[in-house]
This record gives sequence, structure tokens and C-alpha cells, in this order.
Amino acid sequence: MSDALLTVRDFSVVYDVDPPVAAVKDVTLELRRGEILGLAGESGCGKTTLAYGVQRLLKAPAVITSGSVVFHDASGADIDVNSLDAEQMRRFRWDKVSMVFQGAMNALNPVAPIGRQLEDVFEVHRPAMSRAKRRAEVAELLEIVKVGAARARSFPHELSGGMRQRVMIAMALALRPQLMVMDEPTTALDVLVQREILRQISQLRHEFGFSVIFITHDLPLLLEISDRIAIMREGEIVELDTAERIWTDPQDGYTKTLLSSFPRLTGERGVVVR
Amino acid sequence: MTVLEFDRITKIYNVRGAGQMKALDEVSFTLESGRTLGLVGQSGSGKSTIAKILTQLETPTTGRVLLDGEPIPRHGKALRSYRQQLRMVFQDPFASLNPYHSIRYHIERPLQLDRVVPADQVDAEVRRLLERVRLDADSVIDRRPHELSGGQRQRVAIARALASRPKLLVADEPVSMLDVSIRLGVLNLLADLQREEGLGVLYITHDLATARHFSDEIMVLNQGRVVERGPADEVILNPQDPYTRELRAASPDPEKHFATAARDQGGAR
Repeated sequence: MSDALLTVRDFSVVYDVDPPVAAVKDVTLELRRGEILGLAGESGCGKTTLAYGVQRLLKAPAVITSGSVVFHDASGADIDVNSLDAEQMRRFRWDKVSMVFQGAMNALNPVAPIGRQLEDVFEVHRPAMSRAKRRAEVAELLEIVKVGAARARSFPHELSGGMRQRVMIAMALALRPQLMVMDEPTTALDVLVQREILRQISQLRHEFGFSVIFITHDLPLLLEISDRIAIMREGEIVELDTAERIWTDPQDGYTKTLLSSFPRLTGERGVVVR
Repeated sequence: MTVLEFDRITKIYNVRGAGQMKALDEVSFTLESGRTLGLVGQSGSGKSTIAKILTQLETPTTGRVLLDGEPIPRHGKALRSYRQQLRMVFQDPFASLNPYHSIRYHIERPLQLDRVVPADQVDAEVRRLLERVRLDADSVIDRRPHELSGGQRQRVAIARALASRPKLLVADEPVSMLDVSIRLGVLNLLADLQREEGLGVLYITHDLATARHFSDEIMVLNQGRVVERGPADEVILNPQDPYTRELRAASPDPEKHFATAARDQGGAR
């Protein structure tokens, strides 16, 4: 079993509008097993398009124009994601790669209890599972993310934003995937709740060993939680390195600009001229 | 000098089925022209309730708000004149501008309503305000909000707030929805305006880093109570209250993170 979990080669996505927009340009990257890879960049840089694209979650007018995505399964098999048919793709998603969506606060169905929504995952992907077993799995998941099994019958609006986000993480964790893609998972939360969720993500990663692609524009946060960071600009990865080297020795001019855009909590004054 | 005084304000909301919720508990502070007060705290700490009471969208359960020693009028012309002196910049520049109207309209309205300048000078004043927030008046004045970027829209919102020549500005998370590379630009613009016009600014945020750099003083709110107040650097760099320390520890701080990592590895970087 190799060290790599996902190999992306020369991956390009074009939005086929007039004029066409090249959203992701020839991106090559290798995601390692068990690592947290941060994907940083500003609105429109292509970070979300890239993360959705490697799971073939994009809708028209987005078109994948080149590249290959190979998933190195824990079983030892190499899965060429581009060659899967619709049914194979359906099985692949969530089982191997799951997602925590942007704005997850509103990603839950408001008129169904959260336990019911978690059960859906098993009903679809594990049709042979008994109802009692499903319920037990859901209870366990809610305990793992510290929402508590007692809340299975709660509706989303009865939970705080942080709890809803934990339910989304429980849902992503349900089938024990090897990769979780997290798109701005803490952006709408305040700093204290954000910190708890981040702690939970790294603890779960240690426990279950999945890899994470963590998308955000919040570079200070990414520097703390990522093993490696890819900086994207206009569809290209301009720099990819360990978090520490991005911080101490950034090479690309744009990385430097991004780093200097953040007022430092404890650093020098003077970034805001007063 | 204009001074706004928030005098022992308590606000209680009646929550259906859950009894009473004390959103603010005997909160007192002053806001002076030419100074920036940062207001930090997590969701639900009462920050927005303070903004709502300042703008008279809510009335306090007990306590008084005084502007230059005078209580805030409840209605009529006097309330309008109070609101003219205190304006808001909202968090979401995509929602705070009307998509149906041009940029010109957004800035013209307060000028006309508050009769800031004679009718024949309105156009010139709109242009002056747009230039004031570093927008090219000719290229944006007849556009609609959707044709502008988030940063440009927030500049329009700031120009609109300045139109009635207020003395105090309440900025509720004015940069959190903007792209990181333009946040500093907007904060620097606010800092310039604040200095040049002698505005008193209440900067509401949960981002401790920008609060520190942008404010003279910081006030920390926890569950409706002020737990700490002092010069910005002192509150953030040397927090006294346990809650402030908790906030500080939860905020991303790469400097500390990598320093700690280097120490844990037993060597200096």
C-alpha cells in the first residue's frame, strides 16, 4: 500500500459559458494517507471547483477538460475516478470520499429529525443493514461527535450552529471514508465553537485515520491545522508545501501577499494605519 | 466633542416557552468622537443587541442611552436627527444594498431625506462621497450593486453611511464577508475616515486580531455582561478575564502555534 491516497494529474475544469472560464488549470497534486491538506485562496480561485471536480460533483456548465484522478483504496486497488460509471460513482461517493459542505448549517433538512437523516446514509449505502443496527450506528455517531444519542429525534432548528456542524461531520463519518472534503466547515461559527470543531476534526482523524482536504480562505486557521497547504490563484496551485514552510519561508509572491493580508493577533502593530 | 453614553442598560427578551432571556445585563460604556471602541464576544454575547439599541431598533428594558447628555428621543423629528448622527455599516454588502436601485440612488436618498445639501448640489455630493471611499464615481455611479465586487459594495455602504454626516458609526462585522486581500483596504479606509472626520466608531466583531489593530479600546462581552475593557493591546496581549483568555486562546495564532511546535521538538527554529 503506497503512501498516497489520491493522485490528481493535469486536472482542468472549464466553465463553458461565453467566454469560457478556465476555473482549474492543469492541477497536479498528491494527497497522502492520513494528512490534512489545506486548500487556500480567495473567492473565485478555483479551490471549491477543484475539490468538487475530483469527486465529479460538478454540474454543467462546468466541464472537466483534462486530467486524471486516481484513488488508491485501502484494499490496495487503484480506482480511476474518471472511468467509473454512474452506479459505481454512486457507491464510491460517501463510502470512500465524503463531504462536509459549505454552509452546513443550512445543509440539513429542516423538516426531518437529524437521526432520520443520518439513517438515510445507511439505508442507501448499506441496504442490507437492519433497522435496529442502523439506529445503533446513528446513536454511536452522535456520541462520537459529542452531540449525544439523545438528540437523534431533534430537528435541526433545535440545535445550535456548532451542533448542526457536528451532525454534518457525523454524517460524513458514517461510512468510515478514507477521505473527507471539508468546504469552509467553520466559517459561520464563532471562534470558541470553531476551536472545538477543529479539535474534534483532528481527534477523529487520529482515531479513524482518514485524510482531509480542508478548504478555506482563513490562512491563519489553515496554518494551525494543516500538514501541508496548497495556495491557489486563478485556477492554479502557485505553491504547495508544509504548513511550517509556507509560514516561515513562502516562495511565491501571492503566498506572501496573502500572509501579509492578515493582521496578526500578537504581531507588530501598524497593518491598519491609525 | 460628541459623547454617546450607554448607561446601565439591561435588555430582557421574552422567549416563547423558555421564560426570559437577559441579553444585556447592566452594560455601561461611552463612545467618543475620534475614538474607536472594539466590541468583541462570541455569538449570543449581546453584541448585536447593543447595536440594535444604539440605532433604536430595540428599546432597553432598563437603563438609558444619552447623546451629549440628552436621552434619545423615541420618535418624530428628534429621533430622525439622532439617527442622522449615528449610522450603521452592516456585515453583508450583498444584502444591505437594494439590487433594484443604482449606486447613485443609494447615496442620494439620505442626502435628500436629511436635506444635507441643496437639491442642485446632490449630484456633486454623491460623487464627492464616492471619491471619498476611493471609488471612481464616473464608473460606478450608474451601476447596480450586482455589477460591483464585495469590496466595492461595502465602500458604497460606507459612503451611504457617511452621507448624512454622522458623528458616530456602528460597524457590525464590516469586513468578515469580504475576501481576505481586500479586508485590510476597507479597514484602512474606515480608519482614515475616522481620523479625518473625527468619527466615533463602534467596531463589532468576533475577530480579535482585527479588533486589536483597528481599535483604541476593546470591550469584551460575555453573556450580556462586560467582562473586560481597556486599551486594545492590553486586552488582547495581556487579558485579565478568564473569558477573554479563552477567546484569545481559541483565535488562530500561527506565530504562537509554530513557536510552540518548535519548542516541543526541542530546538529553536
